[in-house]
Amino acid sequence: MRVELREIHKRFGSVHANNGITLKVTPGTIHGLLGENGAGKSTLMKILNGFIAADSGEILLDGKPVTMTSPAQAVALGVGMLYQDPLDFPALTVLDNFVLGCSPALVPDRRRARRDLRDLCSQFDFTLDPDAHVSDLSIGERQQLEIVRLLWLGARTLVLDEPTTAISAQQRDKLFVALRKLAEGGKSVIFVSHKLEEVETLCDEVTVLSRGRVTGHAQQPYSTEKLVQMMFGQDIPRVRRQVQLVTTAEPLLRLERVTVSDWRLEIRNLNLDVMPGEVIGMAGLEGSGQLLLLQACCGLRPPTSGRIWLAGKDVTGQSYHRLRAAGVAYMPAGRLEEGLIADMTLTEHLALAEYQGGFFVDWPQAAQSAARGIERYHIKGQPTSRVEELSGGNQQRTLLALLPSQLQLLLMEHPTRGLDVESAEHIWGLLLERTQQGTAIIFLSSDLDELLDRSDRILVFFGGRVSAPLNARQINVEQLGELIGGKGFGGGGADESRG
Amino acid sequence: MSRAADWGLRIAGIGAALLLVTLILAALGTSPAQAFRLIWDGAVGSPAKFAYVLTAWAPVLLCAAGLLLTFAAGLWNIGIEGQVVMGAIFVTGMLRLTQDVLPPAAALFLAALAGIVGGALWAALAGVLRLYGQVNEIFGGLGLNFIAGSLTVYLVLGPWKRAGIGSTSGTQPFPPKLWLPPILPGINVSLVEIVVGLAAIVLVCLALRGTYFGLRLKAIGKNLRSAFLLGVPTERHMLAAFALCGALAGLAGWVLVVGTSSRHQLFPLISGGYGFLGILVVLLANLNALWSIPISLFFAAISMGSLQLALQAQLDSSLGGVIQGLLVLAVLIVGGIRSRLAAASSERTARSR
Repeated sequence: MRVELREIHKRFGSVHANNGITLKVTPGTIHGLLGENGAGKSTLMKILNGFIAADSGEILLDGKPVTMTSPAQAVALGVGMLYQDPLDFPALTVLDNFVLGCSPALVPDRRRARRDLRDLCSQFDFTLDPDAHVSDLSIGERQQLEIVRLLWLGARTLVLDEPTTAISAQQRDKLFVALRKLAEGGKSVIFVSHKLEEVETLCDEVTVLSRGRVTGHAQQPYSTEKLVQMMFGQDIPRVRRQVQLVTTAEPLLRLERVTVSDWRLEIRNLNLDVMPGEVIGMAGLEGSGQLLLLQACCGLRPPTSGRIWLAGKDVTGQSYHRLRAAGVAYMPAGRLEEGLIADMTLTEHLALAEYQGGFFVDWPQAAQSAARGIERYHIKGQPTSRVEELSGGNQQRTLLALLPSQLQLLLMEHPTRGLDVESAEHIWGLLLERTQQGTAIIFLSSDLDELLDRSDRILVFFGGRVSAPLNARQINVEQLGELIGGKGFGGGGADESRG
Repeated sequence: MSRAADWGLRIAGIGAALLLVTLILAALGTSPAQAFRLIWDGAVGSPAKFAYVLTAWAPVLLCAAGLLLTFAAGLWNIGIEGQVVMGAIFVTGMLRLTQDVLPPAAALFLAALAGIVGGALWAALAGVLRLYGQVNEIFGGLGLNFIAGSLTVYLVLGPWKRAGIGSTSGTQPFPPKLWLPPILPGINVSLVEIVVGLAAIVLVCLALRGTYFGLRLKAIGKNLRSAFLLGVPTERHMLAAFALCGALAGLAGWVLVVGTSSRHQLFPLISGGYGFLGILVVLLANLNALWSIPISLFFAAISMGSLQLALQAQLDSSLGGVIQGLLVLAVLIVGGIRSRLAAASSERTARSR
């Protein structure tokens, strides 16, 4: 399907999110939409998807002007969109989710749907169990479900908004193969991303956005330098972490034969010493046990056996709040789900996070803290802004601003997810300042470069098994990728240890 | 949305509710004007009548004050009626123990404390069921309401039976020395009731705006998980919200036993729907604590005023409840419309994700 957007304008208050954007997508190609946070990519795609209406401009599908008023209508016209966070129903089964969007008849034809689902999955080498509950799937699998669902509904153009932020490298490869196949079959794919490498490997053509305008257009083969220039107007040097660790006799955190499990996965007899100021990166497919370890360390999930020591004290089985008081902080990945409170302002968040006892809230002081956080973390917002009004990247910055200033141990999920290169650099600068004061950081990430650049040592997780700590300076992306894929762990795959 | 349009919408909602009431009255063959006049006269027709409105105002204020706390924490404390009843039971028990041995003021004071304890315990039970028994507070509250109601029947017919009388009409009324004194002779409302009710609302309002307790309750109400991860001891705060709400409901039970123009006895259905009325008030005030003061008064006036309908127009006094319910529905609908309109304007302020 040929997709054309002409002179799209969209304002949000004083922000000109889309300022006369024109985009042409040729059928049978993968078209990259590249830009940093707030460049206007998501807005443009939501307009194409009928989720929001443009202030002015035209949308043409196969040369015919159309007006989109809802995502359902967009799908009917052949445009399907995968949102950054999967919009599915975790309590329902895969098959139920699959048929949910359609059913013109009163009773869905499950048998036919089951067959179609199986056919579509085998086409793309997806393995989705129709009867599994979506809550048990990984984000990558939920994306796969969404893709086949949209195709089943007749989508001829597929829009993917930052699809790789929350999935593993392996799932990403699978996704890319599927997208290639779609393009070869004559479908159009629009791939929204701020990751250069992905766009370079995947996309036939790229349109670059910056601050609401188109700043460039390129075709294979790309020059990375030029793309970066179109995105940022300048080069950003990347620095790998070079720190001499203070080796004290006593580790800050010691795990002694720790076993921790949830209903599907178990980490057995893990031993680990973390020094003050050390940064430990956790690599692995999403859901390979990284989260279990983070949760065990912050008291959200008590280990079934083994002991945990913090600064020489046995803290095994202590509650999250006691550990928090002892200087252990946890930064979750779900921004509006478990990190922030929609409908509350930045000031209110700071007042909650910085509670030091006492009865009455010191609002002026909380507002000052909020202003400090805004400045320090470059949050685009006011102390009185409600967090749901902030963009994803600024919500991420807010999460970071809410972390207590004095910490022993900082546990983080995806510290810079959704941030552009420049912002990630800034955030890591602030985090490394903390490590110089002795705070140890354990973080999980699906960004291999982030893991390699920022960690001192890396743990690789595979189906609940944990590698020995690897010196981050002695391995490269390829080696890390192989480990994540299960090489070196002996037989058995991640899927086997899932219940 | 502009301020004027916002208020216009609210007024239109209330207008629509009144129009519906008018239609209902017309369908009943009554002149709406006459009915509204009867309600008005019944509420403020004389100082004595207005005093009645004020006696109904106090328990509604107390219940609304408590519910503001549970609503802030995202809890639907439907069990408030039972908490009022339980307060009244504890009050009656305490007065029966102390009326002959202590000076009246001391007995009344101890009875108030007992009411607070009774209501708080009953509410805490709903909280415990919710937090540790996985019983939603709506269902737990409904069940506990039932039990509290049955307990009054049992007490009235059993242990606290009036000598020689076998009816559910109530326990032996307490002597006038245990009644709250009227403001003026013939104006049968006590200053104590009014002050306690208003003080409760004002204190809750201050707590929600200016204290960590209030802020944390709001955080819990809006996102339990995030609040927990940000360091809020969520279970303790939810239990506290329940217990405080129950305490205020229990105090309402005290007013209903010892108030100047109450029946001065324990009887089945003593809560009289004041707890549910409190829920309507809080829904209408939309969590703005201070608005619940005039709204409570207005609802009390409708409740009391509509009693005249039965006496003078052969209409059932439950029409007052119909009016109250329609008003709340109208306001909720207007709230829905406003949030739909606001969604459009917030799209303008929200940056693209």
